[in-house]
Amino acid sequence: MQTILQQMPIVIGALNTGFVQTLRLFFVTLLGAFPLGLVIAMGSMSRLHVLRGITRTLVWIIRGSPLMIQLLIIYYFPGLVFHAPIWGGGESGRFQAAAVAFIINYACYFSEIYRGGIQGIPVGQEEAGLVLGMTHSQIFFKVKLLQMIKAIVPPMSNEIITLVKDTSLARIIALQEIIWAGQSFMKGSQGISGAIWPLFFTAVYYLVSIGILTILLQRLEKRLSYFR
Amino acid sequence: MAILEVEHIRKTFGKTEVLRDISFQMEKGTTLSLIGSSGSGKTTLLRCLNFLETPTSGIIRVNGETLFDASVVSRSREKEIRRKRLHFGLVFQSFNLFPQYTALQNVALAGELLAHEREDWRQNRKSIRQEMQEKASHLLDQMGLSDRKENYPHQLSGGQCQRVAIARALALEPDILCFDEPTSALDPELTGEVLRVIRSLAERHMTMIIVTHEMAFARDVADTVIFMDQGEICEMGDPKDVFQNPQKERTRQFLAGYAGV
Repeated sequence: MQTILQQMPIVIGALNTGFVQTLRLFFVTLLGAFPLGLVIAMGSMSRLHVLRGITRTLVWIIRGSPLMIQLLIIYYFPGLVFHAPIWGGGESGRFQAAAVAFIINYACYFSEIYRGGIQGIPVGQEEAGLVLGMTHSQIFFKVKLLQMIKAIVPPMSNEIITLVKDTSLARIIALQEIIWAGQSFMKGSQGISGAIWPLFFTAVYYLVSIGILTILLQRLEKRLSYFR
Repeated sequence: MAILEVEHIRKTFGKTEVLRDISFQMEKGTTLSLIGSSGSGKTTLLRCLNFLETPTSGIIRVNGETLFDASVVSRSREKEIRRKRLHFGLVFQSFNLFPQYTALQNVALAGELLAHEREDWRQNRKSIRQEMQEKASHLLDQMGLSDRKENYPHQLSGGQCQRVAIARALALEPDILCFDEPTSALDPELTGEVLRVIRSLAERHMTMIIVTHEMAFARDVADTVIFMDQGEICEMGDPKDVFQNPQKERTRQFLAGYAGV
């Protein structure tokens, strides 16, 4: 019987590997959802009724159903129903499917935050720019953008922190992220079995990374606090 | 020659007629006050002059140049509209300063952005920027804000914000400066400082159109006053005549609401 101290290096190694996958999913989701959210926000503010209808329906479906179901559908649906498994086999296929599900899901949430930020800027800012002879793009980049960013930082911080923990949902399609790695020691892995503490220990990884994120996001918020 | 000629301006929103057949002229260096109750169309008229609204019909000329003619169907390009707009300046009721810029930056920004279009912008970027900053600084001095240049709008009082906004509008040297109820959003004790600034501009013969509810101010500062009612010019003339001897019953009723003027 090994002591926890002896198990520690093996467990930490496995958790680190899982955590790298967690971080990859986190950053890929942000990288994809930031711009896609903007596209969806534009669609939901479009003057074209059809486009607005489509995007708002999409946002409703995505925000109205559990991310776990979306993950399962995106991963299994093509293979089971169309007999066309578009996701490659193995871990990279699972990662691609998870990334697509997460990006779409978070883009929908981001789009609503963006929309609030854009529509929250008083129309007087646009008009002041216009009467001062500015172009629409100058008004957007020189006047509105920073005000918009300031307005969306707090709600975006919330979503970003939620995303860190939501990545664990990818466990459901057996993506080898940190929860999966922690759980493996219950069934047995690398000579350790029946150990539940590694699973609990994953919480430390989440706590630390969210602590760091919180500090960074607070700094950003503070840097934008010089104006109101 | 009149600096501004407005001919038969009409503006409808859906079925509501907000302006019906507005025509007037004004001379360079004079001040025109627009008075009338809320909803009489004063603000809409100012917004039409500044191209924030498009009149349904009518003509607007500045210095003899036709800036707008509703009968000429033209899809003006953004650049052209912007050039036309610069004949007018507009000071808003709610200031609409840019919150992320200091007072000085607020005043200098638009001029700098316009300078990007100058051919010598690339070579002389530094000196042009310097020039704009100095001009902005000088304007803020004139507004009595020498010690407030580096403050952000939220650090300024309402009266100070409005004076920054006036400097910002003046920086582009408009032919005609318009004010949309410039003191309506201010505490009573702060209106004086803004009115003093506008008065000093009138004394320096800035051409101005002022929408205001400050009747004493309209009477003392303006060369001409227009009383608007239900989208029409009800009465127009020398302030002394209009205020002391109004010809129309509607004007009398309106002025009676402002006791002591």
